[in-house]
Amino acid sequence: MARFNILELDRRFIFLMIFLSVLTPLFLPAPKTVKVSPEVKKVYDRIEALPAGCIVMLACEYDPSMSAEMSPVNMVVLRQCFRKNLRVLTTCLMSNGVSLVESEINLVAAEYDKKNGVDYVYLGYKPYPAAIILAMGEDFRLAFPSDFYNTRLDDIPMMKGVKNYQDVSLVLAITSTSGIDYWITYGQGRYRFPLAAAASAVMAPNYYNYLDSGQLFGLIGGLRGAAEYEQLAKKPAAATKGMLVQSVSHLLIVGLIVLGNVSFFVARRRRRGQE
Amino acid sequence: MQRLLPRIITFVCGMFLAIQYFIPHKSSEKVYETSIDWLIIVGVFAIVLGILSLVTVNLEKIRRKSAGYRHAWVLLAGLVFMVVAGIVTGTGQDGLFLRLGYNAILNPITATMFALLAFYIASAAYRAFRARSVLATILLLSAIIVMLGRVPAGEVIPGIPWLTDWLINVPNMAAKRAITIGLGLGGSATALKIVLGIEAPHLR
Repeated sequence: MARFNILELDRRFIFLMIFLSVLTPLFLPAPKTVKVSPEVKKVYDRIEALPAGCIVMLACEYDPSMSAEMSPVNMVVLRQCFRKNLRVLTTCLMSNGVSLVESEINLVAAEYDKKNGVDYVYLGYKPYPAAIILAMGEDFRLAFPSDFYNTRLDDIPMMKGVKNYQDVSLVLAITSTSGIDYWITYGQGRYRFPLAAAASAVMAPNYYNYLDSGQLFGLIGGLRGAAEYEQLAKKPAAATKGMLVQSVSHLLIVGLIVLGNVSFFVARRRRRGQE
Repeated sequence: MQRLLPRIITFVCGMFLAIQYFIPHKSSEKVYETSIDWLIIVGVFAIVLGILSLVTVNLEKIRRKSAGYRHAWVLLAGLVFMVVAGIVTGTGQDGLFLRLGYNAILNPITATMFALLAFYIASAAYRAFRARSVLATILLLSAIIVMLGRVPAGEVIPGIPWLTDWLINVPNMAAKRAITIGLGLGGSATALKIVLGIEAPHLR
């Protein structure tokens, strides 16, 4: 019988450990507090300071593959907006995410008894984000003559007097791809509106330099950022629960890296001893 | 003439849109709006071309029965199903497109594909992330610190939160700024070359 060697783990064993590290924490209580970073607090405070009736634009560009990280941000921001009676204008410039984003808006809107066309408008999808972002800077009707449900924007009560970015209080790009670059370059760069971003954890480090330059006023990074936002909003949900899962799985991966390196150095020493 | 005319169009459009940015006049903005309309229309043609190309390549694969030709059948069937279901039943919450195509097929497939990455990343980290050199060791240590610092478990380890913030805000930001500025300069130079006709990748 082959001897079990801790330094040469079978990949199936690693898969099993990852599976358990993700599954087990789901049955444990979520962490009570998460340290809130200033870049997340700035987004929360800015939306919190808006008077009722202002329009917040959410540019949701993510698909089901990234919904675990991005949907919690969308949901918690939508809840904050509806709680404060802010109006929400949403786009989804990613084809695979259109229905996902729509279902999230409808879910949260139903919680707060908000009406489509009065309290929120969903514009849906159009291809070529750069062109659409530029077009919306001139007139939303140029890019979206009608909303997702084929109602002409001129017939939607919420869109009366709303022409372009100058009529919205801020734009939050909730994006799992490099779509934020488009919003920074073609949107904020040209039309100078307040822009914040929510990026996946992998993408977030790419955008810290835009905080210092003032092109972004805030940044929500990955599930961690969403958990921080949930804490600020006092609405712990999926992201807060996910923090324990991430803690355990990150610790496991760090442990595996350390173990891999120990096995590497042990094997190298053995090889040198034999030479 | 075949090559000259596209170069002239590129030059005129490129120069006009560059100059237009600095002319805050209504007529200039009107022309800019029209140019955005054109951009969207041209983009739609690209989608048609993309679909035609996808169908042609996959039909050819099926005709020749080349490796993985059965996957081509699945792809074409999916394409036809989504288009027909979307047109016939609409894209709303109650349509067949959303219930079957999106909620029951696309949604779980894409989520599953991405979730599998966690398993492969863990396995790859164990096998390939080695401290073979000084640079690799720095990268390894930075990765471990940031991984710990971005979860609540790392917050209880003294120094980790501070080190994580420092790594993201100082070395990461410096590198990103250099890359961004380099990309910007490179992009401007390439755009200028195309507008002036020195390079014409769109004519190849």
